[in-house]
Amino acid sequence: MSKMTRRAVLAVSLAASVGFSASAMAEDTIKVGILATLQGAFTVLGEDSMRGAKLALQEHNMMAGGKKLEIVTGSSDASPDSAVNAARKLVEQDKVDILVGPLSGDEGIAVKNYAKTQPQVTFINGTSAAQDTTLRDPAPNFFRFTTDGAQWQAGLGEYAFGTKGYKKVITIAEDYSFPYTQVFGFMLGFCKSGGHVVNKFWVPIGNKDFSSIVASIPDDIDAIYVALGGADAVNFLNQYEQAGGDKPMIGGSITVDQTVLGSKGKQQEYIIGTPSAGPIADNWDNAAWKKFVADYKAAFSDGFPSPSLFAQGYYVETLAMLTALDQVKGDLSDGQKAFRDALTNLKLDTPTGPVTLDKNRNGIAYNFLTEVAKGDDGNLYNKVVKVVENVNQTLGLPEDQFMALGPVGRDNPSCP
Amino acid sequence: MKLFILTVMNGLTLAALYFLVASGFTLVFGLMRNVNLAHGSLYLLGGYVGFNVAEWTGSWFLGVAGGFLGMAIVGAILQVAIFRRMQGQDLRQTLVTIGLSIVLADLMLAVWGGDTYQFDPPSWLSGPVTLMAHPVVKYPLYRLVLFLSAVVIGIGLWLLLNKTRIGMMIRAGVDDRGMLSASGVNVQRVFAITFALGAGLAGFAGVVGGTALSIAPGEDTRYLLASLVVVIVGGMGSVTGAAIGATLIGLAEQLGLVYSPTYGVVYTFLIMVAVLAFRPQGIMGRAA
Amino acid sequence: MTMTTTGPAAKPALPSWMKPIRPQHVLTALFLIAYPLVASPFWTVQIGAQALFLGVIALSLMFLAGYGGMVSLSQMTVAGVAGYMVAVFGTNATHPLFNWPLWAAVPAAVVIATAFAVLVGIISVRTSGIYTIMITLAIGVAAFYFAQQNYAIFNGHSGFAGLPSPVGFGLNWRDPMPFYYMSLAVAAVSYFAVLYVSRSTFGVGLQAIRDNARRMNALGFNVNLHRVVAHGFAGLIASVGGLLYVWMNGRISPGTIEVGPVIDILVIAVIGGLRHPIGPFVGAVLFVLMENFAIDLISPERFNTLIGLIFLVIVLVSPDGLLGLWRLVSDRVRAGGMANGGAGRQWRKDWRKGQ
Repeated sequence: MSKMTRRAVLAVSLAASVGFSASAMAEDTIKVGILATLQGAFTVLGEDSMRGAKLALQEHNMMAGGKKLEIVTGSSDASPDSAVNAARKLVEQDKVDILVGPLSGDEGIAVKNYAKTQPQVTFINGTSAAQDTTLRDPAPNFFRFTTDGAQWQAGLGEYAFGTKGYKKVITIAEDYSFPYTQVFGFMLGFCKSGGHVVNKFWVPIGNKDFSSIVASIPDDIDAIYVALGGADAVNFLNQYEQAGGDKPMIGGSITVDQTVLGSKGKQQEYIIGTPSAGPIADNWDNAAWKKFVADYKAAFSDGFPSPSLFAQGYYVETLAMLTALDQVKGDLSDGQKAFRDALTNLKLDTPTGPVTLDKNRNGIAYNFLTEVAKGDDGNLYNKVVKVVENVNQTLGLPEDQFMALGPVGRDNPSCP
Repeated sequence: MKLFILTVMNGLTLAALYFLVASGFTLVFGLMRNVNLAHGSLYLLGGYVGFNVAEWTGSWFLGVAGGFLGMAIVGAILQVAIFRRMQGQDLRQTLVTIGLSIVLADLMLAVWGGDTYQFDPPSWLSGPVTLMAHPVVKYPLYRLVLFLSAVVIGIGLWLLLNKTRIGMMIRAGVDDRGMLSASGVNVQRVFAITFALGAGLAGFAGVVGGTALSIAPGEDTRYLLASLVVVIVGGMGSVTGAAIGATLIGLAEQLGLVYSPTYGVVYTFLIMVAVLAFRPQGIMGRAA
Repeated sequence: MTMTTTGPAAKPALPSWMKPIRPQHVLTALFLIAYPLVASPFWTVQIGAQALFLGVIALSLMFLAGYGGMVSLSQMTVAGVAGYMVAVFGTNATHPLFNWPLWAAVPAAVVIATAFAVLVGIISVRTSGIYTIMITLAIGVAAFYFAQQNYAIFNGHSGFAGLPSPVGFGLNWRDPMPFYYMSLAVAAVSYFAVLYVSRSTFGVGLQAIRDNARRMNALGFNVNLHRVVAHGFAGLIASVGGLLYVWMNGRISPGTIEVGPVIDILVIAVIGGLRHPIGPFVGAVLFVLMENFAIDLISPERFNTLIGLIFLVIVLVSPDGLLGLWRLVSDRVRAGGMANGGAGRQWRKDWRKGQ
């Protein structure tokens, strides 16, 4: 942007003066963009994801491969349009070399599609957990060291059927792609074990009054699988309890995460004992995890009681970037070829176990089966029941069989 | 059959909540022609304020009072400090309320965060009651209380409007603002009182509604839209219309959720369009 | 919907509206044409082109509100319908249905979106004034919910991704420069079309209806027909803006037409000023700059507070938006500019009286 045009824009609006950060890119600096939801209803989650990224960067003293890292933050409001807008600004205006993010599912697919148009930049996922970010039509420069929403449910269906003895369940989940993916992951194991999902309630997003859903829950079932997040989960739990419901619950990955565990209200007692599965478990007895939690608490007095899966996800992705940069000594020449090769072949040790990538550059990682328990401090937390090692995107099925199941949706899969 | 009865009851209790929110909205519009698109923000803010008061005092009832009073004060301030200056400029007032709702939503997010807040009503108000022994039909006691409180407030509003001096002034103002002020009434005071009452009702609904459901970011838009649809259907400015509109919308929403979940949310808007097609001024509204 | 429906408007008073061409108009035009030659691709597309097509969508609102007195909040929805239809009829990567070529999909999208706008008009003009704002907001939200719940056509919450860039005449029209010039052309055509229509018999009639519908009715004007036609014309403009919107992002989903973006269009139009067709573009430039660079100025968390406060201040201080502010300042500077200032004040009076 030349001086002349700049003045002309100024004539239109004073606000044009922002954004001319004279970014004389030094040779020994690598520019990294971090994209999270720092606006809108997901702000709290976005802030925790930034804590995770910051923690990884601080541990590396903002250096990688002998070069200084310059961090630029991007913000979306969880809508895919805003995610692409923010990514475009980071890539095309701030000229980042590497972009870490975004946070939510549809944002991930949108950014993946954008990544295809920017082959010179390496994109590393945040916590976006949509299957098709990597499974179908992947972008060659998009890497995901975390796992998807179906992987997050690995082992839960078998556990609910075998150990808990639930034979007939219904599911209650929001009516969009992320819950479809979660229900898919749960049902794959549950149906295969011989369980039946007699009915699936898809609740419109934003619906707060679940009383009529509660009234429609049949009496002859063993448990309710609930994949609702944030406000909706709390609403459902409260109303179910108010109506005198007593069927045990099985939780999706965000149903019983810190946002729900930490919320105030009476349903707290009821959710104790709820099994769920996800990429983290608060009290996993593992030195690396314990150190991560301690570091998180020490670094952020304003954080959650324990890092959320968003903090963990961004930490893992940032750590992958740092480790790969160290391996190639910060060499981003030749279209970042060496760096991407390092990422592809990375064997990363994370607070949640080792991570490798598959051929679509999707994470193969540990998954945690948990049950809600009450800690000595009175806070609820997820107690580890079982660690499922090396969960891949096809959940152990051969790829052709898995692909034959088709994309997730309201009616896929089905075992009434 | 049991499901149907429960669903209808759910629809009616939800309608009670919608009525509480929409009655304040319609009252303010009826008198001042002020389409307060920040009404949903007052609902949410009232809920938050009520929550803090309840936490602080340990009393849920003080929380309800705090929600009402807090928003009544905010409403009176808004009327005196801002809307009074732009009397008769309908559009400009509405634009101001849109600006307020944007700023308020963001500031509330800053103060109360993205968490979901749930109230802790007195234990004798919560839990299920058994309505029928064979077959067992249980229903949340609190929702029945919510319904009752809406009926009480509805009757109270009717009495206020029809049997008191201030009510007569408000009704006179609805019919003919010019005549009201010409007859020596301090119109500005009537306006401020009405706005305070309407905003207070939103704050009250924020607490009692937040207790039945919960309060979280986004609820402001949701209840604003519910109020809009309710008063468009029921007729702008009519409290009776708000009751009718709320009943229709509450029932449509809950029956839709159970019997046709996919398009349940769209039905309320279909009702609105249908009413507009046949009675543009709403069921109880008077032709403009 | 073309302007032939307005009949008597056929003979434009061309000289009269060509007259006020001043040096700054020529400079502005030159600047707009030269801009992408000096600006980076980011400034060309994300700032330049985006401000132009958001301005176009806001222009359709300005036309309805400024000349027709109808503040329609469903203009983003109309734009979204066009965007959705081009995804449905054309090709996309997520949920291909018809796979029509672009030359067929684009007209279909524009026609359907314009028809939708006419429908919105028919529903909303039966009530008037301040009711319009509520009804169109409710319609916009209903459309959002419908798109989110419907998988057969709208592909639900995920919407459509992987929309191909328009190609033709040996160019990829999504490349920065062609996309900018396409947006500029659309903006210019829309701008002059609105200016032209506002001075046609139809436009003058519309403004007379805005000022006193009852009198115009008594004079034998079909008030509602005028308003519905205005909705159709505005819908045509908004739908073309909507096409540019989806082409820039290569995707569309219910998030594109939810309450936030719907209100954004109103914010853009009001910040710029509802008095003159240039207002929405001024507002769009400011909005796009803030949206992109607020994060570097203040923390991104409070972006909405910033934009809300700017909106509030402008509504409170200058009902004519930035244009009105500019006029106010220039009036003060040119102490002798009575005529101009008088006109401005007169309009502000109209604004208060209107609706």
